[in-house]
Amino acid sequence: MSTVIEAPAGEHEGEHDDHPTDRKYVEVAIVLGIVTALEVATYFVEMPGAVLIPMLMLMMVFKFFYVAAWFMHLRFDSPMFTKFFVTGLVLATIVYATMLTVFEFWHKG
Amino acid sequence: MADTSAVSHGHGTGTGLSNNKLLMWVFLGSECLLFGGLISTYLIYRSRFADGPAPGDIFDIPFTSVSSFVLLMSSLTMVLALSALQRGDIRNNRVWLLTTAMLGSLFIGGQVYEFTTFMREGLGYSTSPFSSAFFTLTGFHGVHVSLGIVMLMSLLVSSLRGTLTKERSETVEIVGLYWHFVDVVWIFIFTVIYLVPSPTT
Amino acid sequence: MSETMELEAPTRPIGVYTRPKGNTGWRDWVTTVDHKKIGILYGVTAMVFFVIGGFEALLIRLQLATPNGTVLGADTYNRVFTMHGVTMVFLVIMPLAAAFANYLLPLQIGARDVAFPRLNALSFWVFLAGGLFLNMAWIVGDAPDGGWFAYAPNTGMIFSPGKGMDYYALGLQITGIASLVSAMNLIVTVLNMRAPGMTLFKMPVFTWMILVVQFLLLFAVPVITVALFLLMFDRNFGANFFNPEMGADPLLWQHLFWIFGHPEVYILILPSFGIISEVIPTFSRKPLFGYPFMVFSGIAIGFMGWGVWAHHMFVSGIGPISVAAFSVSTMFIAVPTGVKILNWLATMWGGRIRFNTPMLFAFGVVSMFTIGGLSGVTHSVAPADTQQTDTYYIVAHFHYVIFGGALLGIFAGFYFWWPKCFGHLLGEKLGKWNFWLMIIGFNMTFGPMHILGLQGMSRRINSYSPGFGFDFWNMFASVGAFVIAVGVLLFVINVVASARKARTAPPVGLDPWDARSLEWFTPNPTPAHNFDEDIEVSSLDEFWHRKYGEDENGKVVRVATAEEVCQDGSATDTHLPSPSYWPIILAAGLPFVAFGLIYTLWFCVLGGTLIFMAIYGWIFEPVDDPDGPHGHHEGHGEDESGVDEATAETVEEAPVG
Repeated sequence: MSTVIEAPAGEHEGEHDDHPTDRKYVEVAIVLGIVTALEVATYFVEMPGAVLIPMLMLMMVFKFFYVAAWFMHLRFDSPMFTKFFVTGLVLATIVYATMLTVFEFWHKG
Repeated sequence: MADTSAVSHGHGTGTGLSNNKLLMWVFLGSECLLFGGLISTYLIYRSRFADGPAPGDIFDIPFTSVSSFVLLMSSLTMVLALSALQRGDIRNNRVWLLTTAMLGSLFIGGQVYEFTTFMREGLGYSTSPFSSAFFTLTGFHGVHVSLGIVMLMSLLVSSLRGTLTKERSETVEIVGLYWHFVDVVWIFIFTVIYLVPSPTT
Repeated sequence: MSETMELEAPTRPIGVYTRPKGNTGWRDWVTTVDHKKIGILYGVTAMVFFVIGGFEALLIRLQLATPNGTVLGADTYNRVFTMHGVTMVFLVIMPLAAAFANYLLPLQIGARDVAFPRLNALSFWVFLAGGLFLNMAWIVGDAPDGGWFAYAPNTGMIFSPGKGMDYYALGLQITGIASLVSAMNLIVTVLNMRAPGMTLFKMPVFTWMILVVQFLLLFAVPVITVALFLLMFDRNFGANFFNPEMGADPLLWQHLFWIFGHPEVYILILPSFGIISEVIPTFSRKPLFGYPFMVFSGIAIGFMGWGVWAHHMFVSGIGPISVAAFSVSTMFIAVPTGVKILNWLATMWGGRIRFNTPMLFAFGVVSMFTIGGLSGVTHSVAPADTQQTDTYYIVAHFHYVIFGGALLGIFAGFYFWWPKCFGHLLGEKLGKWNFWLMIIGFNMTFGPMHILGLQGMSRRINSYSPGFGFDFWNMFASVGAFVIAVGVLLFVINVVASARKARTAPPVGLDPWDARSLEWFTPNPTPAHNFDEDIEVSSLDEFWHRKYGEDENGKVVRVATAEEVCQDGSATDTHLPSPSYWPIILAAGLPFVAFGLIYTLWFCVLGGTLIFMAIYGWIFEPVDDPDGPHGHHEGHGEDESGVDEATAETVEEAPVG
């Protein structure tokens, strides 16, 4: 983990150079909570699918990577870990998206 | 991470990374394909509800939102447990481990409640391709959460026996990785399965 | 090993667990965590399954030798060809590759062992449990009969009401766990355990190909896991994944199976490519031509293998656009494969080739795989494929790649590395007979199937009427099958005879083939601790470069003998990981869980208890390194804390189901 030190968390204080403080974790959780609230809010507001679905996807991706970056420490840890995870993620996305395309999933809605 | 563990983990390995952590990340990469398959199956079948209820008829978004929020917050408590142990704060480590396990159990309880409600409303496991796919996907996720709870409780027992010390914080970190992964899978499921408008009868 | 055990293990709250001490007799083999012994166990087990699968093949050829064959009934015939396919793919070629990977990969990267020795043992025992479970279906008289790719809904309860497909679904699930655990373990091993100086691009091509295969397994196994779960839920719990009456789509199975199934093809072939990439340079006495191209084409094959699966489904009604797209991607994948063949030929070109048995088998791979590859290209042309699908032309094609490519390569590996593993050579004379009988029998059997297929003989039929023009070539193919059988028999005789001869003959030298890579730094057979000391690697083919240098005219000359270069294996202070009971106990639990799902859930309780016990035993087992601070012993890999977490999840698939 010698590679870790290069990316300190920004507002670190004191003993822990390479990891954020508990306060930072709580802040991250609050942000996640707010985004979740926004997501749920879309359920109560009428809007066309062309707006709604990209919006939901955007918020989902944000939450996904925010958790991975902060709680799973990918932000601070070796890029090697990110590579493994992202490889699986990208491969799964491409392969299954292709499969859904062959099923004509996107047309049938 | 505290300096002692920075020395004791991953020292002498080719990449300088701990074997155990690398193993967990490799495994999580693999899990993406597992959940991808289940999610795709669900997406293909979500509008094939035969004569049974459609997803849009029975999903209870406010209820699921609450349980999703519970699981999201369990990620916070998990990371606080790790952070406590890295400081050598055994007591808070135990508190947060227990809280995480309890939040996870709450989520599972919510899932059991949801499943039984759906059953009562006429959505059995064999009702339609949609129902099979829905129960299988969320069931698999539930089993992952349950295994996570078992791991958390094992850590807690280990801590009470005095073997879960600052030097072994990597174990908590690895269980944490698994736990957060299960959480991000639910982030995906919650949006794609629940929030994106589903077909109705 | 025993010295370290006599020391007091660090005190643990639960001190009742001790690690086994025996390093002799059967107990040693049952509890071993040594990658070399595990490799040998894989090899022996897979060869036993090879004999079973070969016997099934002979039954098939007996049945088809004459028109209106009466050797097997239609029902039995279905079971025999299904089990032949499943056995050869999952219980023979994959574990044989695992045998070589286990034995050689740590040696080739200069490591003490794999990163997680106990997980390694677990992989083997789980594989064995899965293989035995699958073949148990014969004993209960209900072997799977739905073909190796088990198309649903044909394999659902309505059309396959027996227990056979349950054995298939659960058995493959179990072997899948073995593959997945092994894949994770070997990936970490390659990344973390390399000798000082060995960068990724100084690794032998065999290690590279095994690494690519482990990534393919890592990502492909979960896909078939999903498919098998869905099938099992359909069959046992009344789910509707493949029930068209309820609006389900049978194509779902085909997609999931082939998303796994096509990478699986490369999982089968790439280890063999790796083996002959070691054999050909050694016996051509030249470095491998275009090493980086070899590595990158292997990676490219692994990567592109994910984008071609639907060419197995050209006649399944996936629509013209999909067919066109997958047709094109399939044509592209021939390119990296062609690069490899070209490089092997270029390696041989101008070399002073020695025609030893390993080299003969390597020739066999290059030539036979090329034929199989070319017939594969004909499948990528969708209109032609429409004619060929489900005919014997396909059967011919995949036997040319899997037998002619993968299996012959594995035999090359046997002859090449036999002295490394057992300290004596296999007989050259019998070896050459072995080769020629196998290659002639192979071409007699599968060559004519191209013709039969194009004449319209469909695959999987259990008999045919006279008068279609099928008679002669079927008889010819059946004779060929028995020629192969004699060839394999000669191999077995060779193994026994050489072992007997080796008792009196002087031991094989340090470097019987004038080889090139790190595994030959150790004496033959490899001592339990592998290397006496770490090897500083400064170039690809390190072993060769220490033996040869250049004189003042730039001519390559021998500068050192193998005796000067090799280690003598005399180190005694190397720390070895202690053996463990828990891998085999954990593995033993899995078939019980599977039986429970088929018959009565009580078995699940028994299996679950075993698994639970094993996992906790594994966790609380005393750490084997008394000097390590707090139970950590860096660099040796097996840290008891993290291993159990990983195991806890890999076994989840069993109790879940």
